[in-house]
Amino acid sequence: MIHVLLITFIITLFYMAIANRLMTYIKVLALQGVILFFVVFLQLSEINTLNLVLIMLETIVFKSLAVPLFLSHLLKRNNITREAEPFLPNFVSLVITTFIVVITILISNTIKDDNLDKIFFVVALSTLFFGLYLIATRRKIITHVMGYMVIENGVFVLSLAVGNEMPMLVNLGIMLDIFASVLILGIFLNKIGDVFKNVSVDQLSNLKDY
Amino acid sequence: MIGVYLLGALAIAIILFISRNKIFVYSLAGLFLVLQSVFAIYSCFHYGSTEWIYFTYDSLGVILLITMSIVAIPALIHSYIYIENHQENAQARAIYLTSMVLLIMAISAGYLSNHIAVTWIFTEITTLSASALIYHHRNKLALEGTWKYVFICAISITFIFIGILFLSLSLQHAGSDDLSFKNLLARRTELNPVWLRMAFLFIFTGFTAKLGLVPMFTAGIDAKDKAPAPAGALLATVLMNLGFVGIFRFYIVIANTPLLHWAQLVVGTAAFLSIFVSTVYMLKVKNVKRMLAYSGIEHMGIVMLGVAAGGIGYYAAVLHIILHAFVKSSLFFQFNQLYRVFQDKSIYHIGNYFKYNATGAMVLLFGFISATAMPPSGLFVSEFLIFKSIFDAGQIALLIAVLLLLTLIIFAFGKNIFKILFIPAVGFDDSNIEKISPWESLSQFLFLAFAVYLGLNPPAIFVQMLKDSVSLLPM
Repeated sequence: MIHVLLITFIITLFYMAIANRLMTYIKVLALQGVILFFVVFLQLSEINTLNLVLIMLETIVFKSLAVPLFLSHLLKRNNITREAEPFLPNFVSLVITTFIVVITILISNTIKDDNLDKIFFVVALSTLFFGLYLIATRRKIITHVMGYMVIENGVFVLSLAVGNEMPMLVNLGIMLDIFASVLILGIFLNKIGDVFKNVSVDQLSNLKDY
Repeated sequence: MIGVYLLGALAIAIILFISRNKIFVYSLAGLFLVLQSVFAIYSCFHYGSTEWIYFTYDSLGVILLITMSIVAIPALIHSYIYIENHQENAQARAIYLTSMVLLIMAISAGYLSNHIAVTWIFTEITTLSASALIYHHRNKLALEGTWKYVFICAISITFIFIGILFLSLSLQHAGSDDLSFKNLLARRTELNPVWLRMAFLFIFTGFTAKLGLVPMFTAGIDAKDKAPAPAGALLATVLMNLGFVGIFRFYIVIANTPLLHWAQLVVGTAAFLSIFVSTVYMLKVKNVKRMLAYSGIEHMGIVMLGVAAGGIGYYAAVLHIILHAFVKSSLFFQFNQLYRVFQDKSIYHIGNYFKYNATGAMVLLFGFISATAMPPSGLFVSEFLIFKSIFDAGQIALLIAVLLLLTLIIFAFGKNIFKILFIPAVGFDDSNIEKISPWESLSQFLFLAFAVYLGLNPPAIFVQMLKDSVSLLPM
């Protein structure tokens, strides 16, 4: 069952690679939060109940409700156009995403480790690289933030792989999640929306050496 | 004591944030300096002991903590001058001082932590407090700098976390779940090399954002440019040292495994690329503050080359970051007075500084000699030892390339500094410029002299601590 969920998680990445609208991105992020909620429930069977409830609350409340709602609020408030405006056509995106997944599968095959369920490794690493790819190829700052959220989801999957033995690391991951998201979203996207009217990375190139 | 220090600093930060009374706020900042100094002295007397499980007063931590505490004193004094000169409102002052206290606290605790996850947590806190400092001026450029810094630091902190996860996978083979550096070192033979490699790559890449090395150095440059100069002095020196601590403590573990050679290659490549990149930027940079920041990238590149070369290089690397902290911070403190005279950062609009502020010009001149590691400077000694270690490692081609790049850097640095000192700026109206008290340069002179003293005639206890801090590395 965990495998089915994790494969669904990878499919959401493909969907994100070809999505056109920012609202779709936000919905996919929410869906990823829900998938992670079930993965946590199934995977972390050995840790104490209170901690499990905490982690599950984080995935469902923070990842799939708070962040998506706040992002869509930002979209409306700053009148950001609904297109994602990628630098590359969607077809190329799809091909590159496929490449990323295939390469991570190849990497994981070279590693011989009985302690690790390989599918966690594949999903986490491909999500990480997909997030970086998303950041590199989209024009708007808000899509950079979404790319960062994708990376965090990937890291969360990886932390679940070791979660039963070291629940502390999952908690640290949650701390990173909340800390970085609040810092990035709460303070600065708000400010950036106020100062730069149409939020595009092209406007962030005024710091120069001369 | 670490508990008293952390809680005390936190309490001071909270009161600073709330309070709007000028005299009260400044005396509270003074109280924090007392707390910081007491903590540093306490750490000397409890050398080697562990508190709160996660904090050990080991030699590297203590020596950097003392450096930090010394740099913090003029940093806050110059902050006072800065705030009063800009006539900041009470709120801006409160946020500034709170962030400074939190930054100093987080860096100090990060130095002393003996557990990689704890170091990571305090590195996160430095990102938060540094971003508040960078955004101090609340204009468009400051926002741009802050955004870039926050975003790149967030990604690199995530990288460190991924590295920690890989490290935990590596450790599972050893049947342990304690991620303290001591335990990692004790179980070095049982660690899984594949995961260890991945962990080192991610942790190294992550910490380069703080250390200022290729690939993540860019954010730090914007940060040091946009932050007020006294805060920039901390970002350009002691915060970089925190990145160094993060990498170095983990490097000690990996140097004791068969992966040593591979790790040397990784660190050496990043270090050489950093020197190369900083040379390229130094040759064209026209913004004084960014020039100082790029010079920091070059120095960190040299430090990491020393680490990669091994042998005497380890000792010289730790010596170099300490001396660099004093030299570079004094240049940043001096920048503020330069700005008050010319009201500009661009070298085109600055010139003939000797005429307007002779004392300050002397600081720039001596600072330039120190930062480029010319003989009376203490950095000369450490840089010479690093070159010797590269030579001993048999990397002659690398040494020649680095020396050529350094020559270019000295040329570019010197060209700009001498333009500032002697050649008048075109169209500069000097009818009503501010007179600056020579006393404001006192701390800079003391720091530069101290760096010379530490480099040329180091006290025996200092040498002993440096040796202790690298004693776990294979010679």
